[in-house]
Amino acid sequence: MIGAGASSLVLEVENLAASRGLRILFEGLSFQLSGGEVLELRGPNGSGKSTLLRILAGLTRPHDGTVAFKGGGEDEPGRHFLGHLDAVKPSETAAEQAAFWARYFGREPAEAIKAMNRVGLSNREQVPGRGLSAGQKRRLALVRLLVEPRPVWLLDEPTAALDVEGRALVTQLVGEHRDRGGMVIAAIHGDGFAGSRTLDVSAFPARAVV
Amino acid sequence: MSGSFSVFARELKLAWSGGGGAALPVGFFAAACSITPFAVGNGVENLKVAGPGVMWIALALASLLPMERLFQADLEDGTLDAYAGSGIGMEGIALAKTLAHWIATGIPLAIIAPVLWIMLQGPPEAALFVIVFSLIGSAAFFFFGSIGAALAAGMRRGGLLIALVTLPLYVPTMIFGAAGLYAAASGGEWAAPLMLTAAAALFGVATSSFAAAMALRTAID
Repeated sequence: MIGAGASSLVLEVENLAASRGLRILFEGLSFQLSGGEVLELRGPNGSGKSTLLRILAGLTRPHDGTVAFKGGGEDEPGRHFLGHLDAVKPSETAAEQAAFWARYFGREPAEAIKAMNRVGLSNREQVPGRGLSAGQKRRLALVRLLVEPRPVWLLDEPTAALDVEGRALVTQLVGEHRDRGGMVIAAIHGDGFAGSRTLDVSAFPARAVV
Repeated sequence: MSGSFSVFARELKLAWSGGGGAALPVGFFAAACSITPFAVGNGVENLKVAGPGVMWIALALASLLPMERLFQADLEDGTLDAYAGSGIGMEGIALAKTLAHWIATGIPLAIIAPVLWIMLQGPPEAALFVIVFSLIGSAAFFFFGSIGAALAAGMRRGGLLIALVTLPLYVPTMIFGAAGLYAAASGGEWAAPLMLTAAAALFGVATSSFAAAMALRTAID
């Protein structure tokens, strides 16, 4: 599913430092991750898990250090970023939003229907975004992962607001993605994913910038 | 490429459905022109002097109204993060969104412009010309406005900042556009101001998405 180059998928993070305002959240953070591995980011609130994910997604500039994704091909491997906001529009129906993301990634509308079934929203298709519960919005955000297969998943607390069944779904999706040779980096509290590596972001201590 | 096209289509639909984002500027434009005779006096001579200028100011301010929400809503609900995190260029997003909102709002503005024109004692034979001018003018106002919209996206009540940043950028379009409307009202030479207004609009279309993209990247940083 991910492509022949997936096995050579590697992420190299070297000496990374992140700052927010006048505070260094973490520094000297280095790790390597290959395709088929899941990395859990742990640490208390405010330790920089979300910031690390945003840096890996290319949204935030690092204070220092380098991030290099290496895939099989010449291009950087594609990434999916699921932040703590669900990117759900209040006035569009769930089905319209799923179809939008399918079109956005250049996929067929059928992919959106399949993804809606998979995340358990098939009976909420005509409900506008404002009528969805927090957990249903999160499920709708998961549709993005499914309509377009991409080797790197960056998930910020993917199980937040989800019920037991929803959490099992995320665990299952992450497991399937890993088995396909994909890479998952997830900030998470509580129960993690089986067989995953753990990185404690708070072990790279914060300090004020002098 | 499919990304920018689908964002364009989505924004066009969102602008026309639901909250009716396009209705407010059109209502403002109509209201501002309609109360002008009460302020400047309803004598034909008064309106001939004030009418075209007031109309052009009203068009500029009406175009400024939707700017506060242009990028802010997408920033607040995480849509901009989702766009940026999927690797699409912010330039394409800024261009697609601004173009969609200009089509959704600029075209209705241009359609009602000749009615307001005649109400302000403009010659009816210039009505078609007024439509063309309003279309080009609103394009310039929307695209220059998108720069201010992107700069203020990360701020609460960024409306004031949008006005401060955007109004100086409106000046060339303001001068050429108003000159064109006055020329049309008096039967004078209008080709030069039309071309200069169009030049200002094209400059806005060509450059604004790069400036807006830079501001948006900073906003999500």
